[in-house]
Amino acid sequence: MQLALVHARYQLLEIIRIPVAVFGSAFFPAAAMIFFVVPFAGDDPAGATFATASMVTFSVMSANIFQYGVGVAEDRDQPWNPYTRTLPAGPAPRFTGRVLAGLALTYLSLIPVVVIGATLTAARITPAAFLLTAGTVAVISVPFTLMGLAIGYSLPSKAAIVVAQVVFLPLAFGGGLLSAPGEAPGFIETIAPFLPTRGAAELMWSAVGDYRIEPLSVIMLGVWVVLLAALAGWAYRRDEGRRFS
Amino acid sequence: MILARADQASRRYGDVLALDRVDVEVRAGELVGLLGPNGAGKSTLMNLLVGLRRPSSGRVELFGGDPRDPASRRQIGVTPQETGLPGTLRVGEVVDFVSAHYPDPVPRGELLDRFGLGDLARRQTGGLSGGQRRRLAVALAFVGRPRLVLLDEPTTGLDVAARHTLWDAIRAFHDDGGTVLLSSHYLEEVEALARRVVVIGQGRVLADDTVDAVRGIVGVRRVSLVAADLPELPGVVRTERIDGRLHLLTTDADQLVRSLVTAGTAFTDLEVRPTSLEEAFLAITNSSEPTAASQPTAASRPTIGGQPTTGDQPSTGDQPSTAAAGGRPTTA
Repeated sequence: MQLALVHARYQLLEIIRIPVAVFGSAFFPAAAMIFFVVPFAGDDPAGATFATASMVTFSVMSANIFQYGVGVAEDRDQPWNPYTRTLPAGPAPRFTGRVLAGLALTYLSLIPVVVIGATLTAARITPAAFLLTAGTVAVISVPFTLMGLAIGYSLPSKAAIVVAQVVFLPLAFGGGLLSAPGEAPGFIETIAPFLPTRGAAELMWSAVGDYRIEPLSVIMLGVWVVLLAALAGWAYRRDEGRRFS
Repeated sequence: MILARADQASRRYGDVLALDRVDVEVRAGELVGLLGPNGAGKSTLMNLLVGLRRPSSGRVELFGGDPRDPASRRQIGVTPQETGLPGTLRVGEVVDFVSAHYPDPVPRGELLDRFGLGDLARRQTGGLSGGQRRRLAVALAFVGRPRLVLLDEPTTGLDVAARHTLWDAIRAFHDDGGTVLLSSHYLEEVEALARRVVVIGQGRVLADDTVDAVRGIVGVRRVSLVAADLPELPGVVRTERIDGRLHLLTTDADQLVRSLVTAGTAFTDLEVRPTSLEEAFLAITNSSEPTAASQPTAASRPTIGGQPTTGDQPSTGDQPSTAAAGGRPTTA
């Protein structure tokens, strides 16, 4: 898959030439760390670690929803996109390249959250758990990547920006990312297991510390993955259909 | 050997039939011009041939295979009608990116030099002028040492010098045995490059012939004059009366004027002008539909009594007030 790496490299180049775009997806979670986590949970090692994991989940979610939702929709507007489809390569290298580039940017956008967590709070993690968490990040990227792709392939870019913004805050609050595990306001605790953010957050919590996963959340996360994959696949084929059939 | 073929290919966008049962074949070594006014279906045909779109009915083939199969596109190069280059990438990077898709690409420096872009390798494409961007877009079609290039209006928006640079590059490629399908709405461009022309109008192939033959068809002249009524005249494709002037579209203006004079018709204010390609196409397209040929235009109105001159002077000694412009001999 050498071509996939080529595609990933040039997509990263395109994004990195506009550094604000990278800064954007890292900013909100970093700001949330400073305003909510550092003052309220900063001194308690376990609480700060869980809260940092929540913010990492938040960061993964917003980075993926925005970069795929808005990025794909904008690409579809550009004549360069159909041109690349006349090159002798199928959709796979471009798609794989996009996912690789997306994953790289997701990890990049996590750096501020992790640095703040390590320096300004009491959050602590063993090296083994850190690696496990880093792997978990790739796993929980899946539902949000699919959600971004569904938005990006089904909407024009101006609508995609709005939908991405509308979707990501309720998901963050509703999934209980802005509260300690099990301590969100009552109605959020009720709906949270049904949102993909909760299942993702629970996987992260169990990776960083001593947290017992609620089966319902993880089952629902699986359901979301299937649903979103179907939606993204449908939007992709419909888009191809509009353009070529 | 046939490199690209459309076989009864139709393509519909909603209610609009953009291509209507088109048959075209491009054989190895040919330089074919695809000529037609805007909206005729040229780009749609190109898009079918490069696999961007699927025909609604009929078949398209590229090197004997489906153009939508990446393997069929290994030996083609494409320049789309719209120049969309990623603005933040440098010229050299864009070339390298496209090169990565081919087994034996032309080295970057050599390609850029061939298209007069050698000094620009380090510039971001967003900072190029429109003409430089267009030349880069055409250059990209040649990166992979293609056997067939499909260029959709390659010189649109270029100045004369840049256009000639591109023409030279296209000719050089063809002289080395390359095959070219090039769309244009400029007759001059097709005349300068192609030997064979496929004329497309309203989604159909109107003519598929040598440049000379097509020039004869589209070399329609507009003869306009003021006259009360006219005898039967030879070679008139269309007649219309606008503001009291009669406009005759004809394939042989010389013969028409001769007949006019021989018939002793009274007329004044004769003008002979070349038509735009667009007008010529409309004339061909309309005359191919029997009902439309004799139909008066919307601008025609009863002009009885409204004729300013006519008849106060025998027309036998009249000189045409304007000689045929354009200088191209009209082919019969």
